[in-house]
Amino acid sequence: MLALPAAPAPSARRQLFVGTALACGAGAMVIGGMLAIWLRFRDEALKSAAHRWLPKKYPIPEVASNIMLLSFIAVAIFAQWAVYAARRDDKRHVGMALGLTGLIGLAIINAQAAVWVQMGLPVRDSAGTAYGVMFYAITGTFAVFLIIGVAFSFITMFRYLGGRTAQREIVTAHAIYWYFATAAFVMLWFVVYVTK
Amino acid sequence: MTTIDTASQTASHSGSTSSGAAGIMSSVGEWLTSTDHKKIGRLLIGSGLVGLLGIAVVGGLLSAERANVNSVFLGNGAISQLFAVDRVGLAFFALLPIMLGLGVAIVPLQLGARSLAFPRLASAGFWAWFFGAALVIVSIACNGGPGGGATKFVALFITSFGVMLGGLTAIAISLATSVLTTRAPGMNMRRVPLFSWSVLVSALGLILVLPVAIGATIYLYVSYRYNRVPFGGNYGIFDWLGFSLTQPATFLYALPAIGFAAEMFPTAARKRMPMRQTVLAGLALVGVAAFSGVTQVQHTLPWRGSDLYLGHLGKKINDLIQYGFFNGLPVLGALIVLLLGPLAFKGARPKITAAFVFGFFGMGMILVGMLGNLVYGVDDLKLSGTVFEEGAYTYVCYGAILAALGAVTYWGPKLTGRKIADKQALPLALLGVLGVVLASLPYYIAGFADQPAGEVTFSYSGPHALWNWLATVGHGLFLLTVLAFIGLALKSFRSGDAAGDDPWDGQTLEWATSSPAPDNNFAAMHTVMSAEPLLDLKPSGENA
Repeated sequence: MLALPAAPAPSARRQLFVGTALACGAGAMVIGGMLAIWLRFRDEALKSAAHRWLPKKYPIPEVASNIMLLSFIAVAIFAQWAVYAARRDDKRHVGMALGLTGLIGLAIINAQAAVWVQMGLPVRDSAGTAYGVMFYAITGTFAVFLIIGVAFSFITMFRYLGGRTAQREIVTAHAIYWYFATAAFVMLWFVVYVTK
Repeated sequence: MTTIDTASQTASHSGSTSSGAAGIMSSVGEWLTSTDHKKIGRLLIGSGLVGLLGIAVVGGLLSAERANVNSVFLGNGAISQLFAVDRVGLAFFALLPIMLGLGVAIVPLQLGARSLAFPRLASAGFWAWFFGAALVIVSIACNGGPGGGATKFVALFITSFGVMLGGLTAIAISLATSVLTTRAPGMNMRRVPLFSWSVLVSALGLILVLPVAIGATIYLYVSYRYNRVPFGGNYGIFDWLGFSLTQPATFLYALPAIGFAAEMFPTAARKRMPMRQTVLAGLALVGVAAFSGVTQVQHTLPWRGSDLYLGHLGKKINDLIQYGFFNGLPVLGALIVLLLGPLAFKGARPKITAAFVFGFFGMGMILVGMLGNLVYGVDDLKLSGTVFEEGAYTYVCYGAILAALGAVTYWGPKLTGRKIADKQALPLALLGVLGVVLASLPYYIAGFADQPAGEVTFSYSGPHALWNWLATVGHGLFLLTVLAFIGLALKSFRSGDAAGDDPWDGQTLEWATSSPAPDNNFAAMHTVMSAEPLLDLKPSGENA
């Protein structure tokens, strides 16, 4: 066997951070791809003579959707607060920030459910329009990302409070995930809830 | 510095001391739950090769069916299902698992890493792909799939296709993270081995492309389940997912094969790769194919050559730029690799091995497929909707798999400790080349004669039976090549000659550890001073 020069163990290269960033990239492509198809269908529907897109009798509850947007801003701030506190070994604040992030994540899921319930839009549309199918597909997919985010927040919190305070990278990775979720929701909010 | 505390164990060592049913069960259980990247990689390669055997049979059956346009011997109901299996299977049951499997098995060794990043994610990805692929086959067999009439099984097809894509994406994330974070000390990105670089570019491309297909799959499922009109029901499946099953997305899947071929040139020449950075750039250019996948569009060239009205000049230039970017740049990248690679032979006496022949011709076949895609994109040639595209698809997929067989020949010793004799593998490489050419080239010709794609009854002037029988023979020869290769590999890797740690005079880190590589790959961490760390140590090696 050839003897190459021995080396000390390499410094950590932020594996979890990079992996999470790549996974977020994949998630962004899922949402981005779905939004692109949404825009194409919307464009075709509005150009058609029948002009069938969002049925008028199903108004989008704007209060709930706007609250979701504001909540995402709060989530991003709390996730960064956790990173800030972790750098200072402030275990109590890290736990509080992560817990609040998870709780607000739950509140956003609740708001999403409120949008679905208040709208009362059927998935199956007798007129054969694509809106119902696409609305539930894209918001449902995003809800799955939210559930993953909430689970990520609580797992990170329990790990940190359980004594793994040296593993700060997971807190940073957690923040990256919520930045991705926030950016994805901003796009979704503008396309689905604002331009409709 | 010792980087593992316990004595290294060989991958083949485990389970060998147990005997009887308990020992077999223990060994099987260990393989099924292993997080050793070498085992996960071998599971992927093995499953992919088994999938390939089935797909080659289907390809041959479809060609034979098309040879006689007056009768249908497979049954009308089965034809559309077989077309679906052929199209989905070649890319997702065979090509991608084999390419990703090679990456999973070899990349950490090339990087000097002790393991893959997120091995459990890669393992979960493998099982998601495996069960997704199995359910896709079940759904098609039960009259599901794109042309099927069984509602529940069409829904199962869409769901399992999404699961399969999710599994492959997970493996791609694991691979990309490995290259970005687990390199040995001193190995900056410019020193990453060519194969690992190609795996990185391919993995990043897959992370961009496959999730877009997953998003489309979600729409398709909800639409199919509740309201079939908007997305076209089961007949709309290929309309929305077709971009992931054709060129240029397949270039991305085949990219590790090009990386392997590029690595074979300097190894055969036992010299450093000249203009190495340009070769890295060439491999990255092939990755541009990812952008075409992301846009879900085949960018064609509506040139209308006879129309020289200058008022359309701006549109023509716009078309040309898009066509050149999405279809031309990947070809340029592959050409750069193919043209610069032989420069390594200048002033050297190359050692031509079976692995080199597999890799070289495999890459050549991929390039012919890429060039075919360029031709296919010119609208005025009216090749759209003909079997010409199928020819290009087969060239790219079979070519990449041919190169992958070379990669198994080359790296097999590092995984098993034994090697395949060159004299036995070389004829298989040549037989494989003949198989690929015969399975693909006739469809280029038949495409110009307007033989429609996805049809078994058609009419055109020309010897259609000849082209389709030739394609059948090609699929048969390729099947024979793969079968013979699997038999030879199983025999050689079990009872062949011991390979030694560095049987090919290698240049990269995987050849610095024992064969087979121990569980944690390296007993000690190495410092890398160049892109060819082992060449630095050899008396015949040139200086950096």
